[in-house]
Amino acid sequence: MLSSEIVGGTGLFSIAPLIIAFPILGLLINLIFGRRSNEKFVGIVASSAIGLAFVVAVAQFVALLGQPAGAAVHVADWITIGEFSVSWSLKVDTLSATMMLMVTGVSALIHIYAIGYMHDDVRFQGDPGRYTRFFVFFNLFVAAMMILVTADNFLMMFVGWEGVGLCSYLLIGFWYEKGADGIGNAVAGKKAFVTNRIGDFGFLIAMFLIFGAVGSLQFDEVFHWAHEHGLANEGVITAITLFLLLGATGKSAQIPLYVWLPDAMAGPTPVSALIHAATMVTAGVYMIARNQALFAVSEFSSSLVAIIGAATALFAATIAVAQFDIKKVLAYSTISQLGYMIAAVGIGAQVAGMFHLLTHAFFKALLFLSAGSVILGIEHGHHHVEHGSSGSAEAFDPNDMRNMGGLRSRMKTTFWVYLIGALALSGVPPFAGFFSKDEILTDAMQENMLVYILLAVAAFFTAFYMGRQILMVFFGKARSETAKHAPENPPIVTVPLILLALGAVIGGGLNFPGLHSLTNWLEHTLHVHVSEFNLQVSLISTCLVLLAIGLAWLLYGRKPMQEGQVDPLRRLLGPLFVGMENKWWVDEIYNAIIIRPYIALAAFLADVVDWRFWHDWFHDTILARSFRAGTHWLSSGFDAHVIDGAVNGLGSLTKEAAARLRLVQTGYVRNYALALFVGVLLILSYFLFV
Amino acid sequence: MNVPLNYLLVLSGVLFTIGVLGVLVRRNAIVIFMSIELMLNSANLALIAFARSFAPAAGALRGQVLVFFVIAVAAAEVAVGLALIVVIFRAKKSIDVDQVSSLKG
Repeated sequence: MLSSEIVGGTGLFSIAPLIIAFPILGLLINLIFGRRSNEKFVGIVASSAIGLAFVVAVAQFVALLGQPAGAAVHVADWITIGEFSVSWSLKVDTLSATMMLMVTGVSALIHIYAIGYMHDDVRFQGDPGRYTRFFVFFNLFVAAMMILVTADNFLMMFVGWEGVGLCSYLLIGFWYEKGADGIGNAVAGKKAFVTNRIGDFGFLIAMFLIFGAVGSLQFDEVFHWAHEHGLANEGVITAITLFLLLGATGKSAQIPLYVWLPDAMAGPTPVSALIHAATMVTAGVYMIARNQALFAVSEFSSSLVAIIGAATALFAATIAVAQFDIKKVLAYSTISQLGYMIAAVGIGAQVAGMFHLLTHAFFKALLFLSAGSVILGIEHGHHHVEHGSSGSAEAFDPNDMRNMGGLRSRMKTTFWVYLIGALALSGVPPFAGFFSKDEILTDAMQENMLVYILLAVAAFFTAFYMGRQILMVFFGKARSETAKHAPENPPIVTVPLILLALGAVIGGGLNFPGLHSLTNWLEHTLHVHVSEFNLQVSLISTCLVLLAIGLAWLLYGRKPMQEGQVDPLRRLLGPLFVGMENKWWVDEIYNAIIIRPYIALAAFLADVVDWRFWHDWFHDTILARSFRAGTHWLSSGFDAHVIDGAVNGLGSLTKEAAARLRLVQTGYVRNYALALFVGVLLILSYFLFV
Repeated sequence: MNVPLNYLLVLSGVLFTIGVLGVLVRRNAIVIFMSIELMLNSANLALIAFARSFAPAAGALRGQVLVFFVIAVAAAEVAVGLALIVVIFRAKKSIDVDQVSSLKG
């Protein structure tokens, strides 16, 4: 295919392994020296490690400008068993360079933000190394993501895949003592890991099938094989791609495995921004884009990918409309936007999908970090209120939007960047989201009308819930004492926000209609087609967006919500609203159909099969008793009677013999003389007669 | 007058048998010694009888010389034996051999 002209890594390409080495070095330094150093040292080491990784990514970009076909940089041999050999080589081509730049760039900004955000954890009593631990995990995540993105074979990609899943689990449950019942965060982390595992199972099965069909796990060889023998093996390729899709739904939070992402909001906001908005969740999209050769062969799988993506986009958008937690809205928004990206790569518009991936990374990270800024402000305002008054300790949720309101005047910078992010997400021109989303919609209209309709309706909802959120949080009057006293955050928190906002504004330039920079860039790695600007599609989507914003203003802007007032949408939609607020009871359904029977089965196997049958009956009754009976027979029956009898018998035999033989010694000389005489006779007769 | 060899040998055998029986049956130590002497002398008699019957031409006296050896040995043995009996008498105040049975097992 196109990547068959890969040459070895020379020049700037040869420093590519440093992109993984720098984060690992950063985390090792923090691991060893972090406890004894101060906050600044840990933060600076971690952020510099990622900064240096970004420099390496830029170097790869520069190198690729001169040699667009890319290069393979060999790092180490790994497994060689007979026919099967997997080595660790970094595949530096335009697609992986795109991911490298985005991940390291956004990560660097979020690391700097986290230095300020995690400040409250420095003096945490029960867990002194907490601050250091956060940055160790954060760097580990970037290292694993780099391994995933630069992998040149399925197994290395899987190593990175698992690594990011692990870091996600570690970081979601980071504040392990917080959450519902004191273990809520840990439970959320566990849910993320287990759900991801189901996806990983799909990925593994796909790998097995690929190896069985092709005999190799190298991307180049597999894609070459798909190119040559694809049509003959469509069945196998369909199976492979379906299992890969399962992996992607786990990692990129699509139907049916998206349920972990909203719960993952229990983690610190930098984690939500980096892992669950910009990087880890995009791994599924990247994986499907990378495997274009396989998905192109199987019509069925591609259509399924597109439908799942579009359906998820709409489904999640409806849930986001009725959420009150500021981060949950963004979480469902992420799931919805990922649906856009998955749908794009499903209909063969890899460029549009990657374009949206990049712009989404900017504005979603921006939104999450800004939400974090809002939450920080609310928490600090709450402390202010608590310390001021006599402090009635009721459960105060700093994330609940119903406690906010009117923050526009108190947190100015946060408001402006949040507004920019929201406009970008909604797809308002000329912000970044408009261009990327429209490219997807344009391609969808030409390829698959159903997908287009689903995505367009989702765009309407997107604009609506973002409008609702902005109006609820920043406009109107403060709905609680805390919101009246919420302070703006220090520059270490706001400066990364401003930088990301810049990206959200100008990000559209990445693949501006007419210039098609990203299309040309990715042309060297994937099959691309140019997506021309379609005025009809853009007009329709802009109208939908403006309609949605207008509706949001009608409901939330004209008469802002008062303290304790019920959400106006609840009265309007009634039972529909209840469904949306309860996320359509998907978690409850899963719990009833899958989790409870599974736990019941596990309890049955543990209590009945393992304990009562295996342990109590088999081990204790049969094995232990027969063993004891056997040893009892051996010791009392055999050893006591037979062995002891033999030994004692030998002794008594000797005694008997001695007693008998003693009688020969009579002491009488005449007896001895007689014996002599008899002996002489015997000898004489022997000589005479024999 | 020539006594036939057989008569002498029979006499020697009878004397030897009496001697053996005396050793085995009698309890008196001195009588046992006398019986031993009797056995030795019966052996001497047999030696002389054979020496006289088969006298070699050159006049060698081999059989008779051997008799002298036996007599000397008997004398020596009696000396030692009687010394032993004297010592045993001092200890046991008796020369009954059945009383020397301290080594009874």
